[in-house]
Amino acid sequence: MSEYRIQGATGEWEVVIGLEVHAQVTSKAKLFSGAATAFGAEPNSQVSLIDAAMPGMLPVPNRECIRQAVRTGMAIDAEINKWSRFDRKNYFYADLPQGYQISQLYHPLVGEGRLEIQLDDKDPENTKTIGIERIHVEQDAGKLMHDQHPTMSYVDLNRSGVALMEIVSRPDMRSPAEAGAYVRKLRTILRYVGSCDGNMEEGSMRADVNVSVRRPGEPFGTRTETKNVNSVRFVMATIEHEANRQVDLIESGGKVVQETRLFDPDTGTTRSMRSKEDAHDYRYFPDPDLLPLVLEDAFLDECRASLPELPDAKRHRYENGLGLSAYNAGILTAEVETARWFEELLVQTAKAQGKDDADVAKQAANWLTSELFGALNKVGKGLDDSPVSPAAGAELLALIGDGTISGSIAKQVLEKMLETGDGAAAIVEREGLKQESDTGAIEAAIDAVMAANADKVEEYRGGKDKLFGFFVGQTMKAMQGKANPQVVNELLKTKLG
Amino acid sequence: MSVDKATVARIASLARIKVSDEELEAMVPELNQILGWVEQLGEVDVTGIEPMTAVIPNTLRLRDDVVDADPLTGGGRRDAVLANAPAAEHGFFGVPKVIE
Repeated sequence: MSEYRIQGATGEWEVVIGLEVHAQVTSKAKLFSGAATAFGAEPNSQVSLIDAAMPGMLPVPNRECIRQAVRTGMAIDAEINKWSRFDRKNYFYADLPQGYQISQLYHPLVGEGRLEIQLDDKDPENTKTIGIERIHVEQDAGKLMHDQHPTMSYVDLNRSGVALMEIVSRPDMRSPAEAGAYVRKLRTILRYVGSCDGNMEEGSMRADVNVSVRRPGEPFGTRTETKNVNSVRFVMATIEHEANRQVDLIESGGKVVQETRLFDPDTGTTRSMRSKEDAHDYRYFPDPDLLPLVLEDAFLDECRASLPELPDAKRHRYENGLGLSAYNAGILTAEVETARWFEELLVQTAKAQGKDDADVAKQAANWLTSELFGALNKVGKGLDDSPVSPAAGAELLALIGDGTISGSIAKQVLEKMLETGDGAAAIVEREGLKQESDTGAIEAAIDAVMAANADKVEEYRGGKDKLFGFFVGQTMKAMQGKANPQVVNELLKTKLG
Repeated sequence: MSVDKATVARIASLARIKVSDEELEAMVPELNQILGWVEQLGEVDVTGIEPMTAVIPNTLRLRDDVVDADPLTGGGRRDAVLANAPAAEHGFFGVPKVIE
């Protein structure tokens, strides 16, 4: 990827980006209470006396939330702090009944880690390592609704106290594309690990975007922080707008002020949140309600042992172990569901054809990425609601593998499978789609085609090689597409001489 | 360490505590006296001593990830949660409009 630069009136500017991603931890109950976390419940129906900050209630951390944050840390190759502590971050807002958020400033659970981003889909070896400074665990706030009443805002505390991981990157990104790749990769890892569902629409993942600009090679400029950006596209738009705004500001003699800003999806611009200026004085101090969190080795061992194969490792294995193209390996590992589906297809296909995984991997991968995805797309479905199961796919692939049907007939069969939910073999039988490999029948068809096109046979023999395709087409047509293309090719070559 | 009147006023404002000018005047020396008293602790040499986090040796206990296991710390009690709210409508707390 070429370097991303903002072309200002006075020369080139480099953009420096750091992201703080808030990821909602997948757990049944909240971080410090037994109230449920499910999305979309009736307002305030999932609020305990702890979440409502009733006096005298004491927080007790949920082991699963800690476990998921530790597993996430391990998945980004980070240091896990066996001794960590919770702090209070004090501020007043209507969505925060305690008057403080329990977070971890001084001693976070997870320390320095890193992840690798791919800068080009077609070239997965073109990577960059982005540093991750820390992951800490904290409480989410409630939700405010402003448009339900003329003079009041409504408060729903269902989200109050739900566990978040704040994943803080180093300022290592230099373009909107890199930031987009980072968020996507982080989301992929979280979903593989199962520590966050990565659902950005429901707010399970949102980013605070730190942006500054500088002349290439010079020290960092002053940064701004745009809060709560909730899609990859908006993260990229925020950076683009904010970087250009800062360049314009500096070049017209102004100065960037360190401030909190908001992204407006309707205009694609950011604006200052002046009301938050005071809020930066958070007066952090250790939460006296909570002792330090000390993790045992056995707990850490279990966390590590429960990690799945991670996307990078899987991608390399698909390439090197299964012989898939880098492109296919990238597509198949980007979403954990796709990888699961593919692996099930692979097992079933190998079994159906009595071969090793590696021998059928390319066939399975190509079919999944170029046939099934396309066919599903046409009927407006995805793998998650696919009417064709991996086993059904394997049955179809076995029919191609043993020469019962050709690849082009297989496309028709797949369409029928999606339509009816029937098995491939049953459809082939019912519709009479079996491929003809009998040389006698094919030879007869070729003879008829050659007799009907004697002039073209002459031309071909006179050196017009291009006509070979014409004869293949005519023969296939005569055989209603069911002739084994390999046999047709061979026979035609001999007969045309 | 000591605080002046402006600092006390700022802390009061951050804590959303309304303090009159008169009260502020009285609070400054009071707070400074407390700070001075606590500062005596700085005279103790604590080189090489681990910070104490609890008076008795104890570690943080964790809860299982179970919904509503205990009625006191579980959800599903909206009426109790909203009972003391100055305003509540349609299951929401009602607060003076706060808009960015």
